[in-house]
Amino acid sequence: METLLAVDSLSVSFPVGDHWVPVVRGVSLDVGAGEFVGLVGESGSGKSMTAYAILRLVPDPGRITGGRILLDGEDLLGLSDARMRSVRGARIGMIFQEPMTALNPVFTVGFQITEAVRVHHRVSKREAELEAVRLLDLVAIPAARQRLEDYPHQLSGGQRQRVMIAIALASKPDLLIADEPTTALDVTIQAQILELLERLRRELGLAVLLITHDLAVVAETCARVVVMYAGQVVEEAPVETLFAAPAHPYTRGLLTAAPGLGRPGARGELATIPGQVPEMARLPTGCAFHPRCSEVMDECARENPDVYPLSSEHRARCFLHGTPASRSEAS
Amino acid sequence: MTPLLEVRDLRKHFPVRRGLLQRVTGHVKALDGVSLDLASGECFALVGESGSGKTTFGRCVLRLEEPTSGVVRFQGEDLLALSPAELRERRRHFQVVFQDPYGSLNPRMRIQSILSEPLEVHDTVPETERAERIEELLTLVGLTKDAGRRFPHEFSGGQRQRIGIARALAPEPSLLVADEPVSALDVSVRAQIINLLVDLQNRFGLTMIFIAHDLAVVEQTADRVGVMYLGRIVELGATRDIFAAPQHPYTVSLLSAVPVADPARRRDRILLEGEPPSPLSPPPGCPFHPRCPIAKDRCRQEEPALTGSTDSRQVACHYPGELEPEGLGLSANGTF
Ligand SMILES: Nc1ncnc2c1ncn2[C@@H]1O[C@H](COP(=O)(O)OP(=O)(O)OP(=O)(O)O)[C@@H](O)[C@H]1O
Ligand SMILES: Nc1ncnc2c1ncn2[C@@H]1O[C@H](COP(=O)(O)OP(=O)(O)OP(=O)(O)O)[C@@H](O)[C@H]1O
Ligand code: SF4
Ligand code: SF4
Ligand SMILES: [Mg+2]
Ligand SMILES: [Mg+2]
Repeated sequence: METLLAVDSLSVSFPVGDHWVPVVRGVSLDVGAGEFVGLVGESGSGKSMTAYAILRLVPDPGRITGGRILLDGEDLLGLSDARMRSVRGARIGMIFQEPMTALNPVFTVGFQITEAVRVHHRVSKREAELEAVRLLDLVAIPAARQRLEDYPHQLSGGQRQRVMIAIALASKPDLLIADEPTTALDVTIQAQILELLERLRRELGLAVLLITHDLAVVAETCARVVVMYAGQVVEEAPVETLFAAPAHPYTRGLLTAAPGLGRPGARGELATIPGQVPEMARLPTGCAFHPRCSEVMDECARENPDVYPLSSEHRARCFLHGTPASRSEAS
Repeated sequence: MTPLLEVRDLRKHFPVRRGLLQRVTGHVKALDGVSLDLASGECFALVGESGSGKTTFGRCVLRLEEPTSGVVRFQGEDLLALSPAELRERRRHFQVVFQDPYGSLNPRMRIQSILSEPLEVHDTVPETERAERIEELLTLVGLTKDAGRRFPHEFSGGQRQRIGIARALAPEPSLLVADEPVSALDVSVRAQIINLLVDLQNRFGLTMIFIAHDLAVVEQTADRVGVMYLGRIVELGATRDIFAAPQHPYTVSLLSAVPVADPARRRDRILLEGEPPSPLSPPPGCPFHPRCPIAKDRCRQEEPALTGSTDSRQVACHYPGELEPEGLGLSANGTF
């Protein structure tokens, strides 16, 4: 498979007080043409910020402080703003996590979709409107025709999310970055949307970087999964491997905590990962996960683990799978 | 025992205005006759189609939106008859966690001011103890104390959602409407928050209307479930019963569409046939008939009422239980 997107050692920081706090810390990940890659991880671990950085939309006062973002081999960080705008529209589509903030409240949804269509394709207003209706049908908005005249606040949370999906698909992108695209949808419509994305993958070779907290959605749609914790990639594996043999203790905790249908425990006793998610400005020394890790060893608090290979396709950032630099030097 | 909350035949019809003259050309029947009793300390989950009226129900019950008609009684008192001043006074007893966390937090206020506002308005906590209380709330939802000094845009989606929860819990409400409160959280934090809500419910008798799309979470937390479709409740009953043996064909298809966290068992999804219905012009007869796999002639003409005894299962279907879960890939015991 050809690599479409290659993110290499990406870092993003925010100024807090008088110093910069990194929230994305050297993230590397690939997405192949026509591939579905899942990006999962703890809340606040830097998933959305990674997505914003790929589109060069890191909100002020944040900055990309290092790394490269290659789309078909071309470094997006070197492009002019104008070139970047056209990449953003035509090649990479984005579905944002919070549709209400991403849609403009003062314009009708019809206007916003037809604009998105017209930016990328020279068509008449009439044709753009027809395309807008087709897109809304595609994302299962009932009575699409009539709803074009609605404003975002007149739609339900899930309908707004589907309008966002329609806008992201309007430019027929090669890569879709979807940040929690189906969380506000009921499972039947979620299934329909995922089916739609899968069809676009088969027919048009659409690649998707899917950010989600829903491991079941990952299991059903993605070929590969990247797991983030505290701004870093801590594990990467093909989806079957990740679910069958998770290597990083954080990933193992996530899988145990995932509720599934038909296995209700005692009410209110959902498994959690003990301890608190660390503040990015005050990360623990050594492995960022060590205060919460059930397998913590002496070196974990002292040294930062590298990413160690378990197989050609499976990597984990954990001393259970590699020797600390200090010890390997000594030997 | 009188229920904590009584809702009778609640309706909300939004006028649809079209064209230059903004003439009313129809109505979106977002809520079309919903009745419900909630006992004190109960956790009631509302699930269903996107756009079926769940958020609208929550907003109308709390009078954040004026319903078109119906009755809402809280501790026996008619909420719809209250003056704005009286309503403000009662507000501290019922709080809401909004579906869109960012849209509902004032971007110009620091988190500590956002959390202290409800404490000031209702004067529940003496001024000297407020700072302490705010730190307590932040810790409760898994944020650090420093979070208080920051602004909403400095947080991730899931962190904002937790701020929304902390704000709702601040005045110690007796009724909480939580609209998708954990959808933006990773499973571990989600489990922490749900454990927290259940704990509050057990300790203080918090009554909760829990709106959610995540059926696994609902199965683990709710005492009772209501399933909504197109502005109505189509099935209502104890969580265990509904998940073990759904009676309404919509509930059956909803449960069968839940994805499974196991790539080895990836299966063909069963999609509902047909167009999702338009709330602008609901189909005649049973509103689910255009998509129902077992619809018969009667369904196209006669609208089924929600029937069954109020304290057990209620279903709005002419042929309840006839659609077998097996037919939709669900095994007999409700698991997959
Ligand atoms: N303007 C800002 N100033 C300082 N820190 C920020 C700012 N914006 C975001 N952050 C921090 O960056 C980190 C990463 O945020 P990001 O939105 O990428 O998380 P996420 O993984 O998408 O989480 P979630 O699953 O909750 O959406 C968070 O810890 C957040 O607090
Ligand atoms: N202010 C409004 N004006 C017109 N129509 C509205 C308005 N608010 C909601 N609606 C419509 O009412 C219906 C019910 O919306 P509601 O937000 O209650 O749905 P929901 O069940 O919460 O859906 P979701 O799961 O997607 O959040 C939708 O069809 C919506 O478009
Ligand atoms: S490096 Fe140590 S603390 Fe970190 S995840 Fe591995 S075992 Fe746990
Ligand atoms: S009344 Fe008829 S159409 Fe409606 S759900 Fe029941 S069987 Fe299906
Ligand atoms: Mg995010
Ligand atoms: Mg809603």
